[in-house]
Amino acid sequence: MNLLSFFQRRRGSAPIARDRLQVLLAHERAVLGQRDLVAILREEILAVIGRHVRVDSDKVRVKMDRGASISTLEVDIEIPTAEGGLKLAIAG
Amino acid sequence: MAKVLVVTSGKGGVGKTTTTAALGAALAQGGQSVVVIDFDVGLRNLDLVLGAERRVVYDLINVVQGEAKLSQALIRDKRVETLSLLAASQTRDKDALSEEGVGRIIAELREKFDWVICDSPAGIERGSALAMRFADVAVVVTNPEVSSVRDSDRIIGLLDSKTERAEKGERMEKHLLITRFDPAREMRGEMLKTEDVLEILSIPLLGIIPESEEVLRASNVGSPVTLNAPLSAPARAYLDAAKRLRGEVVAMTVPTERRAGLLSKLFRRAA
Ligand SMILES: Nc1ncnc2c1ncn2[C@@H]1O[C@H](COP(=O)(O)OP(=O)(O)OP(=O)(O)O)[C@@H](O)[C@H]1O
Ligand SMILES: [Mg+2]
Repeated sequence: MNLLSFFQRRRGSAPIARDRLQVLLAHERAVLGQRDLVAILREEILAVIGRHVRVDSDKVRVKMDRGASISTLEVDIEIPTAEGGLKLAIAG
Repeated sequence: MAKVLVVTSGKGGVGKTTTTAALGAALAQGGQSVVVIDFDVGLRNLDLVLGAERRVVYDLINVVQGEAKLSQALIRDKRVETLSLLAASQTRDKDALSEEGVGRIIAELREKFDWVICDSPAGIERGSALAMRFADVAVVVTNPEVSSVRDSDRIIGLLDSKTERAEKGERMEKHLLITRFDPAREMRGEMLKTEDVLEILSIPLLGIIPESEEVLRASNVGSPVTLNAPLSAPARAYLDAAKRLRGEVVAMTVPTERRAGLLSKLFRRAA
């Protein structure tokens, strides 16, 4: 038994499992497309807007359409106002 | 407003059906009206775990195909009256489930219940795709073990892209439920640590359900563990998870079986 495997035995095999998973999933996510990009964008957009106005997380729509040469990102946010509502749409 | 919740995992045998029954019963015990739907066509089990196997006359496919009315197919639980079951078909093919038909039934159930809980089959094929399709909330059931975590990662990707909500650009609420957790094995470094699983999957934690004989005992007698042994460790963990689903803030602990014993030992020492 070499020193490395001695220490691994003492620490247990779970840290190896974690490291293997991190490498594997980073690869798989890249192949299958960035799973969270839209979800991450939604959270961050919500946070930025939320610093200035109150928004309901269900009133934020973020949609990604992937095309061959260009992809579009559509952001649609409903912000409540005193008069009843203002709709903000950003497309690009 | 009704919430449609899918219990999913990718990998088989991690505890989806156990979780559907336990969370469904826990929410119903808390006064919510709940329907649990078995999407595991051909391999139905939710009826068994709920002890309703002899009461199934019509199933999900009969309703989808218009052979029975929803009201005829819903089976009301004998212990908690706000809990109902819609069973899967044991004899038919899963291709008999159309997306349009499932959508129609879920829309109808939304009108009648506070919670519509869909028990997904394993895999990423048609059955699990339909179970998640109309969901607002997902509970991703994961065991602290490499293949389960990998499959959960895959399922999270599908929840974020293939559900109706994702396609409309809306938020899909996702929660991680770690099941069959063994604290001694985690401590010895034999099982992935909860914090590592959380970091890898990066969705919020709904609860940690310990490995327990009470789960098997409950399914043997056909009663969700939260009803059969409400004070047991897994039942307390499921009851807490149900509270979190309703938005309550409950401190995250892993209930253990021996808590009473430890406490009484402490008392004895103090006395
Ligand atoms: N916390 C637990 N402690 C002990 N046993 C458990 C626990 N959770 C689930 N089990 C057992 O694991 C087995 C599989 O559970 P279950 O049927 O709920 O998994 P599943 O994910 O629905 O499986 P499938 O993918 O086949 O539908 C059952 O025998 C169940 O009793
Ligand atoms: Mg199952």
